[in-house]
Amino acid sequence: MSDSINTNARRVRVSRIALYAILLLAVLFYLLPLIVMLLTSVKSMADIRAGNLISWPQEFLLDAWVKAWSSACTGVSCEGVGSFFWNSFQITLPAVLISTFLGALNGYVLTKWKFRGSDIFFGLMLFGCFIPFQVVILPMAQTLGWLGLANTTTGLVFVHIVYGMAFTTLFFRNFYVSVPTELVSAAKIDGAGFFTIFWRIILPLSTPIFVVCIIWQFTQVWNDFLFGVVFSGGDTQPITVALNNLVNSSTGVKEYNVDMAAAMIAALPTLVVYVLAGKYFVRGLTAGAVKG
Amino acid sequence: MKTNVTSDVAAALSTEGVLADSSAQGSRSVNPLDLIQRWLPKLVLAPTVIMTLLFIYGYVIWTGVLSLTKSRFLPNYNFVGFAQYEKLLDNDRWSVASLNILIFGGLFILICLLIGVVMAILLDQKIRAEGSIRTVFLYPMALSFIVTGTAWKWILNPGLGLEKLVHDFGYESFQFDWLVDPDMAIYTLVIAAVWQSSGFVMALFLAGLRGVDSSIVKAAQLDGASMPMIYRRIILPHLRPVFFSAFIILSHIAIKSFDLVMALTGGGPGYATDLPATFMYVTTFSRGQIGLGSASAMMMLGVVLAILIPYLYSELRGKNNV
Repeated sequence: MSDSINTNARRVRVSRIALYAILLLAVLFYLLPLIVMLLTSVKSMADIRAGNLISWPQEFLLDAWVKAWSSACTGVSCEGVGSFFWNSFQITLPAVLISTFLGALNGYVLTKWKFRGSDIFFGLMLFGCFIPFQVVILPMAQTLGWLGLANTTTGLVFVHIVYGMAFTTLFFRNFYVSVPTELVSAAKIDGAGFFTIFWRIILPLSTPIFVVCIIWQFTQVWNDFLFGVVFSGGDTQPITVALNNLVNSSTGVKEYNVDMAAAMIAALPTLVVYVLAGKYFVRGLTAGAVKG
Repeated sequence: MKTNVTSDVAAALSTEGVLADSSAQGSRSVNPLDLIQRWLPKLVLAPTVIMTLLFIYGYVIWTGVLSLTKSRFLPNYNFVGFAQYEKLLDNDRWSVASLNILIFGGLFILICLLIGVVMAILLDQKIRAEGSIRTVFLYPMALSFIVTGTAWKWILNPGLGLEKLVHDFGYESFQFDWLVDPDMAIYTLVIAAVWQSSGFVMALFLAGLRGVDSSIVKAAQLDGASMPMIYRRIILPHLRPVFFSAFIILSHIAIKSFDLVMALTGGGPGYATDLPATFMYVTTFSRGQIGLGSASAMMMLGVVLAILIPYLYSELRGKNNV
């Protein structure tokens, strides 16, 4: 009797160990690229050739980071990715703030001030979450050209607002659906108007969804490549485009350490957001994952 | 807080009846202020309505029109019927791209679902440090596909990458040059894409698992069912909706895959790893064949709709049956 309990306990222990071993392997698999990037970015090229992907650096050097930031060649110019890093901020901040704010207003109207056709419109708008953007970029390129916004930051911000809005509206609509309508009706009876209710009642309740929405939009716009490569040019490019130019330019000797440092620079803002606000990030993902 | 976009579409489409009326009631006195209040919600929504109709629906139609023209470097409106589509289907590069999306999309979706469900089940066994492990599984989702592509391009580097690592472990004969092998390069895309997205699928399944009624599981255990049996008969069937959502999300990511290809393989060697999205970009913007590029974009839209519409339809029917 005690024998069978013993073997049983041992079997449980073995399977627990196996379980943790598998999970550890998986953790390593997911962490490996990040570790490799970091290690490679602080090595010299000689060190890279002598060692391997995960060999410890003989000497920690920040040369590659400095070069990636200020003097690596991204296509025609050789001024590093630093200025493109700031471009990305200039594109991301207004695009995120405006699309989020518009999304809040839209969500408010679509839940608390419904009118004939507003639900159908919401359905139509959600279609915007699903289309492959390839199907709109050509007309958009031509429109931006007519407006004199081709290759400008303003143009790119505009594009991000237009195609981000379906998502921000979706976030806020889903959130406001669960805000009791009685709250709004009561305020209406008291004579409060559309904007008074929004400012005084709705907005104070909205902090969590603002966080989710802003993080989601920030990640989307910062990581965008398609719009960046099509609608921006030369010195208005976002960092993703600059990084791609840097890595895939065929001139000169490949400097893998510089490539990795530049990739880390491009990844840092969204990684920082993820580490600081992972919970909200995951919420946004599950709510808005379809955008991909 | 877990919401699902697709089911929202269905909900929005099915609830055509307008529930909450606006302040439209009691408009006996036509006070100009009241009038403004009445129109305000519509006014606020108007820019979005216009933008949606113009920049989504209008542009889709516009691209559709361009796909019927002879446009090359500049759009023109000499209509040629479906000639561009015929040209597209005859185009060798397009057939490579179409085959690639089947291979890439199929493997990517299958492996992500498999890893996702297995990892979720493993993580659901009262694991210590579950939160940290989840964080590690999910962080790739915060990265740009360009960063992912850059990292994997280096890891898979023939010569200095994985190959050298394995050599240093003592397996001198190990060879790994998929990145430059036209027949194998497409699988490097699968590896990188799975790395980026599988953690997210795991999170979806984990949320699904946490939603399974534990009393049913306990009852089955009391009846003497083994855990594998319980998973196969009770829990996995319960996760069916998650499988569907994950499938839709993953196929959507696959069809839109553009950044990853540009960063990892650039569509090469040659055009061995072209996908429809890169085909469209190169054809339209580098080779100046706007008509052909538009036709390929419309084909992409067609595929997305072909996946989405049956899904929405079943969602709608499901909702109406309840």
